[in-house]
Amino acid sequence: MTFEDFLNIPPFSLPRQEKEKALTERLLDLTKLHQANCPAYANMLEAVGFNSDEAESYRDLPFLPVRLFKEMTLKSVPDDEVVKTMTSSGTTGQAVSKIYLDRTTSANQQKTMVKIVSEFTGSGRMPMIIIDCPGVVKDRAMFSARGAGILGFSIFGAKKIYALDDDMKLDVGALKEFLEVHKDRKILLFGFTFMVWQHFYKELVRLKDEGITFDLSNGILIHGGGWKKLISEAVSRDEFHRRMQEVCGLADIHDYYGMVEQTGCIYMECECGRLHASNFSDVIIRRPLDFSEADVGETGVIQVVSTIPESYPGHSLLTEDEGSIIGIDDCPCGRKGKTFKINGRLKNAEIRGCSDTYAAKF
Amino acid sequence: MTNLEKYNQAFIENFEVTEDQLPGLKYQDVEAWDSVGHMGLIASLEEAFDIMMDTDDIIDFGSYEIGKQILAKDAYGVVVE
Repeated sequence: MTFEDFLNIPPFSLPRQEKEKALTERLLDLTKLHQANCPAYANMLEAVGFNSDEAESYRDLPFLPVRLFKEMTLKSVPDDEVVKTMTSSGTTGQAVSKIYLDRTTSANQQKTMVKIVSEFTGSGRMPMIIIDCPGVVKDRAMFSARGAGILGFSIFGAKKIYALDDDMKLDVGALKEFLEVHKDRKILLFGFTFMVWQHFYKELVRLKDEGITFDLSNGILIHGGGWKKLISEAVSRDEFHRRMQEVCGLADIHDYYGMVEQTGCIYMECECGRLHASNFSDVIIRRPLDFSEADVGETGVIQVVSTIPESYPGHSLLTEDEGSIIGIDDCPCGRKGKTFKINGRLKNAEIRGCSDTYAAKF
Repeated sequence: MTNLEKYNQAFIENFEVTEDQLPGLKYQDVEAWDSVGHMGLIASLEEAFDIMMDTDDIIDFGSYEIGKQILAKDAYGVVVE
């Protein structure tokens, strides 16, 4: 399948065998493309003795550790075709990944993301509340993962406000006015998990004690970027959902998993609480001792593959996250593909994720 | 203002370009027409013509000329000429 073919079918439609075939074809094409255009990548394939003619499945492809994008400049297009450079979120002093995008890859990221998210929000655009500060998207030359996430989701917003000011304080007046103007509409809320908790939820609780309440029962919240800090505050997913509903009626809540190295291919949490791989990408759980593929239910290191990256060799990556597969093509929500859960970061791995790196300051 | 004036105005204000730069102008031809600038342009056009564009059309809006074709669709009915 070409990338266009993937775009032309519903994003959670391919059953296991068809997906295996489609991904294998596309990912082998990408491997050859990067081998021909990125000398450093070609050297790595040679060093591990990889021969694409012998690969039977995308599962056989080598995977690069994500942190390699911090240590090396990896791209498969000439400098003058790079239109955007994205950086990963990092705590102060950490090295950041640099991901180089050309026009095609950048456009395909946005198209893919819209296809996937529309399956959960509907295709119509909505008034949107961004639970972050406007300062995050100010520096346009260097895109942080946080800015890129906000901007990627902004396409779903018809009218938008930033709920927080640049000191990360909730703008109560602006929020009230916005909700009043759009009171009969479905509202999209977007933010990073910790910011939503610390600067939105906690503030709503405080305001409620003062008698100021907000009704977000017609809202849909999409949040991501890591649970680390919330887990340390003993806030589980269910607790997060329960408390959100309690304070403002918000019940339609979806976590997502994604990373700047594979922007576009996000993994959305469905109504049943499972993260879903779409047709555009997949997760493979690897046993840490020998990197063999783990069974369903078995915990291991998460490898991610994406059909998007043409301008940098990031189509098959080993993350520093740990998780397990819940099932394949069997989620009660009806969407095809693998479902999985994240257990957290590998021990001794660096903190990353838009939510967790920010939370490290608290 | 005519539709053409409104349409041009949206580009000129968002991207700090002059009118003679508009014909043939494509996404990412000028620094200001990046992904942030793009959403600004869409917001201006939506306001100027009182429409709400589909996500697909926002993505496909790749040049000054393509934008005119998109706005002329039945869903929006904005003829820019």
